[in-house]
Formats: sequence, C-alpha cells, structure tokens
Amino acid sequence: MHADPRTVLTGTHFINGDAACCEGALAAGARYAAGYPITPSTEIVERFAARAPEVGGLFIQMEDEIASSIAIQGMVWGGQKAFTVTSGPGFSLMMEHIGLAAMTETPVVFVDVQRGGPSTGLPTLPSQSDMMQARFGSHGDYAVIALSPNSPQECFDLAIQAFNLAEEFRVPVMFMMDECVGHMTEKVVIPPADQIEIYPRRHTQKPPGEFRLYEPGPDLVPEMAHAGEGYKVYVTGLTHDRRGYPSLNPATQKELVTRLFEKIRRAADRLVMVESDQLEGADVVVVSYGITSRVAQRAVHAARAKGIKVGTLRLICVWPFPEKLIRELASKVKALVMPELNMGQVVIELERCAAGQCQVISVPHAGGTVHDPAEILQAIERGAQ
Amino acid sequence: MSTTDLHVHNPVEELLRQDRIPTIWCPGCGIGTSVNSFAHALLKQNIDLDKTAIVSGIGCSGRVSGYMNLDSFHTTHGRAIPFATGLKLARPELNVIVYSGDGDLASIGGNHLIHAARRNMDILVVCINNMIYAMTGGQAAATTPGSSLSTTTPYGAFEPELNLVQLVDAAGACFVARWTAYHVVQLERTLEKALRKKGFRFIEVLSPCPTYFQRKNNMGDALQAMLDYKKRSKIQHGCPTWETALTPSGPIIVGEFVDREREDYLTRMRKQLGPHYSEFPAQQEEHVSEGCSREC
Ligand SMILES: Cc1ncc(C[n+]2csc(CCOP(=O)(O)OP(=O)(O)O)c2C)c(N)n1
Ligand code: SF4
Ligand SMILES: [Mg+2]
Repeated sequence: MHADPRTVLTGTHFINGDAACCEGALAAGARYAAGYPITPSTEIVERFAARAPEVGGLFIQMEDEIASSIAIQGMVWGGQKAFTVTSGPGFSLMMEHIGLAAMTETPVVFVDVQRGGPSTGLPTLPSQSDMMQARFGSHGDYAVIALSPNSPQECFDLAIQAFNLAEEFRVPVMFMMDECVGHMTEKVVIPPADQIEIYPRRHTQKPPGEFRLYEPGPDLVPEMAHAGEGYKVYVTGLTHDRRGYPSLNPATQKELVTRLFEKIRRAADRLVMVESDQLEGADVVVVSYGITSRVAQRAVHAARAKGIKVGTLRLICVWPFPEKLIRELASKVKALVMPELNMGQVVIELERCAAGQCQVISVPHAGGTVHDPAEILQAIERGAQ
Repeated sequence: MSTTDLHVHNPVEELLRQDRIPTIWCPGCGIGTSVNSFAHALLKQNIDLDKTAIVSGIGCSGRVSGYMNLDSFHTTHGRAIPFATGLKLARPELNVIVYSGDGDLASIGGNHLIHAARRNMDILVVCINNMIYAMTGGQAAATTPGSSLSTTTPYGAFEPELNLVQLVDAAGACFVARWTAYHVVQLERTLEKALRKKGFRFIEVLSPCPTYFQRKNNMGDALQAMLDYKKRSKIQHGCPTWETALTPSGPIIVGEFVDREREDYLTRMRKQLGPHYSEFPAQQEEHVSEGCSREC
C-alpha cells in the first residue's frame, strides 16, 4: 500500500530533523500523537499539533510522559497509527509502557531525541546514551527494534520505516534521534505519496467468532482487531494465552515470551540495515550510528590520507544488532573502532559479537558535544598497528 | 427428561465472559456486586455493546474489564484513564468506561484523574473504593480513612484520606456520584444516568474488602459491612462535595452530587478548530491485482 497523498508534503524542503521526523510520521499514516514537552524533541509535536487537524488527526498534550506513552496505545487499539516523542527524562518515565506495548504487541513508535544525562543532564546538548535503555529499559524480557537516523533526510525516511516495522512485527519501535540530528537543518526531499511504501495494519479478515487475538501467524506475528468492531478483544499486560486471556503459568509464559523474541530473531537478516564503505580489505572498520557516523567521516578521511585501510559501517538499525555481520567482519579485520556519545554502550554488543577475533576499541564520550575527530583518528591508528 | 435444569438464567450473563468465571474475587467482596449493577445499567440503556470498551488498571477492581464481554483492556497500574483517553480520541463513537480501584485511580493514577476531569474527556469512570490496596495484600492507600490499620500502617495511618468526589468535582467533572455496595438499585440508576451523559463522569462505589480492610480494622464480615453501610449512609443528592468527606465511623454521604453541562474535549476541539479540522475519510483501498502484473 502507498502513502496517502493528503498527508505527504511532497517537495524539497530545508527543515531540521525534528520537522522531518514529524513529516515522516504523517507520511507513514500516523495522524495521532500524544506527548509532553521536553527539549530537544518538542519541535516534533509542535509541528504535529499544527499539521494533524488538517488531516483529521490530533495531538494531545498529556499530563506527563507516563500518560503519553499509554494514550498512544489506546489510539492504536482504537484503530489509528500513533506515536509519542520525548527525550531522556521523559523516556525514562515511558519505560513501563514500552513493556506494555511489547507484551500486548501494540504497534507504536517511541521517538527519543537523546540529550545528555543522567537525570536532567544537558537538556539542549547531544548524547547517544539512551541506546541500552531503548533495548532493555523496561522490566522483563522482550525484543524491540531501534533505528538511528544521522540526517534530517533520514529522520523523514526512517520515521516511515519505523512505523512500517512497528506494524509488520507488532512491536514498539524506538526511533533514536539525538539533539544534533534533531536540530540540524538540511535539505529534505519528500517524494510523491505513490513512491512511499506503507505497511498496513495486520487486521484480521476473520469474523469475530473465529478470531483469536493472539494466534500467531506463520511469521509468529498475530493479526489484530480494534475496539468497536465487534471482536470483544481482551488485551492484557498479564501473561496471556492465544485468546488473550490471562494464564499465569510457566508454560504460557514460555510460549509467549519466546514468541516475542522469535518473531524478531527470525527476521534478523532482513533487519540488518547498515551503510558501509570500503570494508573490502580494510584493516580497521569504524562502526558507528547516528550523528557520530558523520563526525567519524573526518577521522576516516584523515586515516586514509595516512595510508591506513579503513572501512566504515554505519548501523541504521541498532536493535536487533547485526550479529552475523559483525562476527564475519571481526574475522577479517585487525580492529573495530566504535565511537559513540556515551561511555560505551553499543560497543558492549560489538565486543560480544567480535568474540575476541579482533581488537575492539571503544571511543567513549560523555556527551554535550560531538567527538573531536582526532580522538577517533587516534583509535584508528591504534587499531591499525 | 427427568433431570431438572437448575440453571436459572441471569440476564447479565451475556455481558460476562462466561469462560472466565469463576472470578478471582473473595466471598463477600463488593466488586462483583457493583458489576451486577453496571451490567444491568448497560442492558437497560440498550447500549451498543459492540461499541463499548472497558478499561482497567491493576488491582482486584482492575480485573473487572477482563470479566466483561466487551472490548476489554487491562492496562498498567494507575494508567487506565490515559489509555481510555487515547482510545476515545481515536474512536469517538465508542462508549469508553474505566473501571478500577481507589489505589489505581486516585493514588498512583491521581494525576490522570485530575486532568481527564479537567479536560472533560468523554469517559465514564467507576471507582471501586475499598479504602485499601487489596490486590497486594492490604496496604494503605490515599483513600484509607483516618488512622485505619493496614499492613503498612500497623500503628494506624499518619495521613488523612483523599475525598475523591470533591477532587474530581474541583477538577471539573460534569457528573459526580457516590454509592456503596449496599445501594445496588440506586447505583444502577445512577450508572444508567451517567451512561446517557457526555463528558467526564465519575462514580465512586464504596465496597467492602472483608479479606483485608474489614479484617484489619475489626469491622466484621461482608454482612456486617452491609449493615454498616446501611446504618451510616445518608442520601443527599446535590450535596456540596466538600461536605462529603469519609471518616472511619462517621456518616457516609451518598447520592448524585454534581450534574453540570460542559462541553467535552472533542466537541470543544472540533468547534475551536473550525475550518482547520478535516473529517478525513479513510483512504480508498488500492486495487491489488491477483498474480503477476507484468506481462510474463
Ligand atoms: C507500577 C506498579 N506499582 C505497583 C504495582 C502493584 N500493585 C498491584 S495492584 C496494586 C494496588 C491496587 O489497589 P486498588 O487500585 O485500590 O485496587 P484493589 O485491589 O483494592 O481493588 C498495587 C500497588 C503494580 N502492579 N504496578
Ligand atoms: S481482597 Fe478484598 S477487594 Fe480483593 S477480591 Fe478479596 S475482598 Fe475483594
Ligand atoms: Mg482498593
């Protein structure tokens, strides 16, 4: 299915990442949002509040992020596509409802425009320190998908992907922007609606009597029905059986939680979303994501000028982590270098997958600004030795 | 056939998920009693059950949504109201009912209660007030009256209780009432009235918890609780809500306290948006041709 032309602002724009993310959500068919103001994410919902009514949607400013993160799930079960937008402190408040969305398989998107933390931290300055929280922040075991854009154009393109993946896998998708990408203004090309692929809601074709709300499909993802359609859905955050009824025993728990992981794991190859350059014959590969990938470019050019064989690998989809790809890469190179705007989060996963086959060099940064490319260059040089 | 069918048809049966009975509730608990009144009210008002959703938080009272044969949402502790808010906004034609406990709606979820009333969100909230966190084993709630005993207030509570009807009245609810599990007929009538009304409606139902609250405070069994409700209750419709505070042994003021007209959120939103609001009919399904579209 294609995007609805009435929601797509086709044309060439000069806008920031926050605005582009808002347009991406609208193009993806999300006409409903709930949120609570927080820098540096607020511009997304400010724009959405103005745009949504024109397309029959709405933005509601809730009393806090806890409310926002569950109001969007009410919107989804009411038949809409919906999302919420926040930053660090608000993201922390949303954690319980990321788990609820994972457990009830509610397709929603959480946008986190990352800023420096912990706590109130650096409200207006960048960081990438919510990456592990995006993956593991809610209690219990579950799997999510997390995307990391590195430009306003990608804030638009990947926002659409985020909604599509949420619908396809019926998982909460974390859209992990950062202050730099959110506030950076660049050219954003919005294509005509008929060039934008939309993954529609996996609504069941079965009549109410024959439909079971959590009957897994062939790809382990169940079909959906909304409130008000006669299905009498029963949606609970308790461990539930295929009817959706609470069933509090280890067997149901095993079946359910295993499936929540498996539906993502089975599609792992398809979910490898990376951008790479000169991996062939590289001695060192700089692995990065988001804004840091752009900063790393400078260091990579400098290293190449010095004759070092450096490749780059940019993670566009960070979770699930491209395990196989990293394992293979690690067997061919001397070192993997990972700069990130945190004290070393995704590098833990990188190290695990490299499994000692090569050196893994972390280039941590406490946040507040981007890396000095010289730090990354030093790490590359160390790796090349 | 010689065997007698002992099953007496209960008119509310069709409103319950039969395959979920028996409930988890203890004998003498007031939650089921309130559900009976609620189910009768739905039937009497001829509410379209396919267009009625029930949302609960977590707790003994929070289990109500899962026993009703409606679209049922059992959400997180304290957050039934914001879920219901999203649901109502996305599908305005739904009757959205929140059914949950005092701890859920007024303690952890207190902020949402205030703001939904302020917005005049078009939802009906039924709050089972058993004055305790029952599901977790009888700890003090924001509604535990006076210096009552609970498992976390073994020396009696040190903090005063919250008067829920006064709170939601002050926040702007357009319909506010209180009954007890003893007043089943009155509760049913009030629920009927509330179901007909638009805007934020709040009904508090005082409900015995013989397992925790009554037992901890030596208040006897469920029957004793009924006698107590009967003896202490004073029906005062229209009573100013600041005069309705609940104390451990004082009078229980019950009745319909507030019934005011106020534009609900969506009505006001649409009016204010005027020409900026588009009804936006659903996108036409694209015609998907069967098989390969290329000429191969
Ligand atoms: C975030 C969170 N905190 C605590 C709990 C534990 N918990 C479950 S039910 C409950 C209290 C419910 O009290 P109330 O709403 O009055 O319902 P009742 O059981 O009395 O009907 C608590 C504290 C929880 N489920 N989630
Ligand atoms: S513990 Fe109390 S509130 Fe819970 S079911 Fe038993 S009597 Fe009812
Ligand atoms: Mg209670």
